[in-house]
Parts: sequence; structure tokens; C-alpha cells
Amino acid sequence: MASTSAMFDNKLVKWVDERLPIFSTMQHAGMEYPTPRNLSYWWNFGSLAGFMLVVMIVTGIVLAMHYTPHADHAFASVERIMRDVNYGWLIRYIHMNGGSMFFIVVYIHMFRGLYYGSYKAPRELLWWLGLVILVLMMATAFMGYVLPWGQMSFWGATVITNLFSAVPFFGEHIVTWLWGGFSVDNPTLNRFFSLHYLLPFVIAAVVFLHIWALHTTKSNNPLGIDIKGPQDTIPFHPYYTVKDMYGVAVFLIFYALFVFFAPNMLGDPVNYVPANPLQTPPHIVPEWYFLPYYAILRAIPNKLLGVIAMFGSILIFFLTPWLDTSRVRSARYRPVYKWLFWVFVICCIALGWAGAKPPEGLALWVARIGTVYYFLHLIVLMPLVGWFERPLPVPKSIATPVLSAQPMEKA
Amino acid sequence: MRAPARTLMAVGIAAALAVPAFAAEAPHPAKQHWSFSGFFGTFDRAAAQRGFQVYKEVCASCHSMQYLSYRHLAALGFNEEEVKAIAAGVEVPDLNDEGEAVKRPGRPSDRFASPFPNEKAARAANNGAFPVDLTLVTKAREGGPDYVYAVLTGYKDAPSGFQLQPGMNYNEYFPGHQIAMPPPLSDDQVTFADNTKASVPQMAKDLVTFLSWAAEPELEARKAMGIKVILFLIVLSGLLYAVKRKVWADVH
Amino acid sequence: MADSANPAQAGGAHANPHGDGTNRRDFLFMLTGAAGAVGAASVAWPLIDSMNPAADVLALSSTEVNIAPVEVGQAITVVWRGKPVFVRRRTAEEIAAAEKVAVKDLPDPQPDSARVKKPEWLIVVGVCTHLGCVPLGQKLGDPRGDYGGWFCPCHGSHYDTSGRIRKGPAPANLEVPGYVFVTDTSVKIG
Repeated sequence: MASTSAMFDNKLVKWVDERLPIFSTMQHAGMEYPTPRNLSYWWNFGSLAGFMLVVMIVTGIVLAMHYTPHADHAFASVERIMRDVNYGWLIRYIHMNGGSMFFIVVYIHMFRGLYYGSYKAPRELLWWLGLVILVLMMATAFMGYVLPWGQMSFWGATVITNLFSAVPFFGEHIVTWLWGGFSVDNPTLNRFFSLHYLLPFVIAAVVFLHIWALHTTKSNNPLGIDIKGPQDTIPFHPYYTVKDMYGVAVFLIFYALFVFFAPNMLGDPVNYVPANPLQTPPHIVPEWYFLPYYAILRAIPNKLLGVIAMFGSILIFFLTPWLDTSRVRSARYRPVYKWLFWVFVICCIALGWAGAKPPEGLALWVARIGTVYYFLHLIVLMPLVGWFERPLPVPKSIATPVLSAQPMEKA
Repeated sequence: MRAPARTLMAVGIAAALAVPAFAAEAPHPAKQHWSFSGFFGTFDRAAAQRGFQVYKEVCASCHSMQYLSYRHLAALGFNEEEVKAIAAGVEVPDLNDEGEAVKRPGRPSDRFASPFPNEKAARAANNGAFPVDLTLVTKAREGGPDYVYAVLTGYKDAPSGFQLQPGMNYNEYFPGHQIAMPPPLSDDQVTFADNTKASVPQMAKDLVTFLSWAAEPELEARKAMGIKVILFLIVLSGLLYAVKRKVWADVH
Repeated sequence: MADSANPAQAGGAHANPHGDGTNRRDFLFMLTGAAGAVGAASVAWPLIDSMNPAADVLALSSTEVNIAPVEVGQAITVVWRGKPVFVRRRTAEEIAAAEKVAVKDLPDPQPDSARVKKPEWLIVVGVCTHLGCVPLGQKLGDPRGDYGGWFCPCHGSHYDTSGRIRKGPAPANLEVPGYVFVTDTSVKIG
């Protein structure tokens, strides 16, 4: 039905749609899309992430009009944006804090997926595409942080690019290639600017695939059960469009508190000191959204193993559709996994805390125990629990959750 | 040839190691009351103008503020003529029509003139230490304005047994306690036009107010806009919640 | 899809039994839509305004020129707002030529007296009013066109000794910038 253009009364719309079905596709995907009727507010974070991508691209394009990607001028050009460009401070603070907001939203979106088993068949590719977006976001955020060319920009770039020197045999060559020289310098800044501008559009393309995959498998829901028929769904518009808009408005209050009243709270003051290649700040830390990975990197005394563990901590999520052996998706019906999930959340927060501290004393031990538990959870506990756990009865359908509640084994 | 170089390196390493060890001991800067803190805070114009005077008469001989222009001073309540006079009172480098480097009186559109042409010249004139640019100093230090105030007023005699390097000064709040800058402020060092008594704490407070404005000149506009934006968003959220309730009424 | 589209209509029907429910709902929707539109417009403005000249650009919008070294018959070019400004010290013949022209026959009628503050000094923005090229005529060997002023090489516009367009595609005379004589030998443009 949606593929026919007959539903449009406007002749021009109909004419275009018969040749290129953009209107019926929009109607189909953005309005009629049959969405589970029971989605909770945790399902708002997908559209919030899309909203943040738009905010970042729009403010980023404007900032690029005023920014100078040169080692001698970058810092001063950012200060010019803050002082002389009309509303420059506003646009920069929206972009700067927007990076943090984007990660907050995406992390909540991912934890929601983990809790409700949204990665499980048939949504493995959907989950994978999400992980690809995360990795691209990390690369974009890292390179964006280098652009103001402050002390933390410079030394963050130096430390992170040096991770690649852990690659056996080719390491040094790779690092020199990344830098375009023998240290982080103007060529590095130039290529980072180029890629920082490019990658968000690559992210947008992968988001398109992510949504395509979503609309193919349909949304998961808090019950974790499949859509059985039309009685389980409601059209995306107006139900979820208005719910998403409400979510965006509430989220904007949170976002605005940072932009207007604590714009530098999530950043490091040292980045307001211009880059100095001859002097490393006493305490180098990445932005908060990288802290858990940074803790894992430093928890392991071996350079190569540390780097492998750090990248592995993200890549391991590509395997969760198979590491999780449970037949039940939603943790709501998994009495043991539910607890392990929250322990894992606490583990990630603890790793983040440890990543912000110098690697000594208590912080180092938290980082080490956290790292071990992180991988233990994903590689050992998830498969085992899926095996031994006795899930609670799962409802028969979304529309009649209470009536037909019965044990999983019989379903 | 080699031995002195190695000794120098050893000293350098020792100094580098000393910094974090002492940094842990530095007391937390005391919280001061600032006119510009809080949701509705604004810069005390009189204090900021006095602070500018302290910068001009004391700090400017060593410290640059290269991201400020004289025209920016209008935001502190100086009128156009005063800004012109302030700028004209400073010699700024320029090229004449023959391409020779010359000094000419400043114009409002000029950046603040720096006391040294470059970092090397600054180090050479200051015993190897580099007087940092002050435009962003309150934003670029952990502790912000409180920290800068604490350092300005934190000079003391070194405790017995403390190894002070030659040419260094003891400061309670500076990381490592050894600071190359001699105590910059002393009582009655400047004469304020409004008859405010120029005590060290008064000058430090005024100076930090000025420096905080220099670091975040957008602060007042930002907070004023923030209040409006958040009030608007609360109303919009309320409206959208009501719409959401109405739309969903038949589903629940 | 037809089935799932129904609840939306059902929502409208559902509201009706409660008296003026539909009206209140419509009003709420319109109010929220209006608030959203105001919000979106308020966000758009800073983004648009950021592309206007910044404060440091505006601060450079005037420039002072020392005209003491310019001899009669000579011209200098100074930069104002990133554009060339022609300052020409006209000879008596050039002034006479500029003044005796029948104003109403000109493509862009303007008497010479309206274009100068002191007859000896002609100050115009050196940008052709056709498509923005810089006309020739400042240097001694340059072609000055058929009317002894300037000649634009891009599309052949001829300007006279008052900077007025006389021949060619340009629609208007060379622009006279705002300026004042600070002293007899110093001009502030802008």
C-alpha cells in the first residue's frame, strides 16, 4: 500500500512519487512505521542521538566557517570565535558540550539495548551498525578535541596516536604516517580537521543503514517479545513523533544547563593553555566519555596487551549476540542477568572514575579489578547465565501482556 | 662537555619529579565571593576597572593579554573616548610605508600590546621563566578565579628545611610551592581614582575580577540568555507533555 | 497499515464526547506548534548572524590616510574594508572637465560638486559598479579610458575625472565612501 502513489491527492507530489517514491517512503518510514505500543522512555534515546548528530553537524559547519586549521592560528581562531564572532561563544559551547551530550545519549541507548536484549536475533546487524557508529563517533570526537590546539588537545593527540606504536614491527611507521611528520604538528592538525569534518557525514550514512535495519526487523520493546499482529503496534506518527519531541525538549533543558551555566565543567582547564610541544601537563586525561577505556589501557602493564584490551573492550560487543546464550531477550524476565547487568553498569562507572585518576594506589586497583570484571562479564558470565538461568514467564503478546502470562518453557 | 649536560638533565628530572610530589600538598584555594558567580552573577564594573588598572600598571610589564583588544574594554564601562585614550597611551608595533618596523600609538582595534616580542625574549628577560599570557588564566587553571587569587596572595617565607632554588619564591598555593614570579602586589602600589584603599587583597580581588572578565567576556550575555532559554524550554516541555498525553489518551 | 492508522482518528472521536475536548485539543496543538516554531526561529538566528561581519572586522571599518605626499595629478590607492580606495589629487583641467559636463546627459546623473568635499581631492571606492573589478588609471602608464578618469579592463567601462560612468556596461558611478578631512593632510575614510 505504501509503495503506491495513489494515496497522494496533490498532483505534483503524485507526479514526483511515481518516478521517485520519496513521499511514499517518508510516509511509510516516518509516519506509518508500525511501532510496538509499549515502548518506554528508554526508547527515546535513539531519536535523541539522531537529534544530537544534526546539532553537531549544523553547529560544526558554522564553526568551520570561522576556524583556522593551522598550528599557529588554531588556538587564536577559537578565541576569536569566543570573543568577536556574533554568537560565536554560543555556537562553540553548543558544539563542545554537544559532544558530551551525544555520548551520554548514545551510552544510555546502548545500555538500554543491553538490558532488553536488543542485539539478539534478528537484530544482530542493527546492533553491529550501532557499534560502527560508536567507533566513528569516537574517532570524530577525538579528532575534534585536537582542533582547539590547547595543551590537552596536543598531548591527547600525542598519547592516542602513540597507541599505534604498539603494533609489532610496523608501529613506528604507522605513527609517523598518522602524524605526517615526526611529532604531532601542523600536518596532523590539518588532516584531523579534514577527517573531523568528513566523518559525521559517514556517521549519517551509517545511521541511515541503522534505521533501515531497524525498520526491517522492527523495534524491540521492554517485553523483548516479537510483534504478533497489528494489535501490538501503533503508527509512529503521531504517537512516537510527539513522544520523541517531548523527550527532546526535556533533554534540551539538561543540555542548556551545561551550555549556559557550566560550559567548561565537562572539559579540562588545561586545554585553555595553548599547545606546547616541549612541556607535558602533569596529569593527562581524555574527555570523560573515554575514561573507562583509558582505565583499561593503563590497568595492563604491558603496552601491546593494554592497547589490545582497550580496543577489545569495544570490539567485544560485536560478539554479544552470540555470547548471550539466553533465549529470552528482556532482562525483565531474567532474574540473574538483571543483577549482573547493573553490576556491569557500576563496573563501567568505576572504570571511568579510575580513568580520571593517576594510575596509582586505589585507582589502579579499581582499574585492574574493573578490567577483569568487564571482560569476565561479557565473555564468561553472559554465556553461562544464559545457560543456567531460569527465566520468568514471558507474556504471550504485547497487546495482552497480563492475560496470557505463562512460563517460558511452555511458550 | 658531557658532564655538565648530564648534571643539568639530572636537575631537570629532579625538578620534574618534585612538582607532582609537592602538588599533592598544596592546600585547596579558599572559596571567595565573586560578583560574577551564580546564575545571575555579573561583573562588578568598578572592581573590573580597578583590576584593569592593576594589570596595566603592574602585570603588563611582564604578562601579555594577547587575545584582548582595546575596543573590548568598552564592555567594562569605559566610553569611546576613554578606550581611545587607553589605546593611544600604548605603543604598538607596526610597519611604516617604507616597510620598517616602527612603534605607533595604539588604536581601539589593536590587540593588547605584549611586553615581549616572543617567548624566547620573554624567557631571556625573566631568568628563564615564561610569564604566561593572562587572557585565559582564570579559565585555564584548576580552581579558576579562587586559585589565581590564592596565588596572588599566597606568598610566604619558605618553611625551614624547604629547599628554595635560587631566583625562586615560596608560594603556598603554587604547585610545587616554587614560583619564579616575585610577589607582584604590595600595599598602595597603585592609586585608585575612586579612593579605594589599594591593599594587596583588594588589588588581588579586583585584578581577578578583571581577569575573569577577560577570560569569559560572554559570561553575562550567556547567563542572561540561559535563563530565558531554560524558562522557554520548561514551558515547551510542559506543552509537549500535555500534547503527548492527549495523543496517547486512547492507547493507555 | 489502514488498521494502525485508525487509533489516531479514534483519538479525535474519543475526545468529542467530553464537550469542547476537540477545541481544547486543537488549541493546545496550535499553541505547542507556535512555541516550537518560535524556538526554532530563535535557534536559527544566531547561526545566521554568526556569518555577518564579526566585531573585529567591524572595528577595522575606518582608516586614516596621510595625503601630504600626494602631488597634483598623482593618485594613491589605500585599502579600506578590504577594498581599494582611489585618492586622486586632481589637476585644474581635470576639475574643469568634471564640472562642465551636462549632468542630465549622464547615465547616472550627479554633479561633480556632489562627489567631492574639496574639488582638488577625489576619493572613490576603486571597484567597478558593473561586476566588481578594479579599474585601471591609478598608475602613470595605465589606460584612463576615453574620459581621462579610469578604465575597467574586464568589460570596458569608462569613468571620467569625477569617477562617473560615461561609457560601457557599468550602471552607476564609482561609489564615494564616507570620509572626513581630519586635518588638511589627513583623511579618515569610513
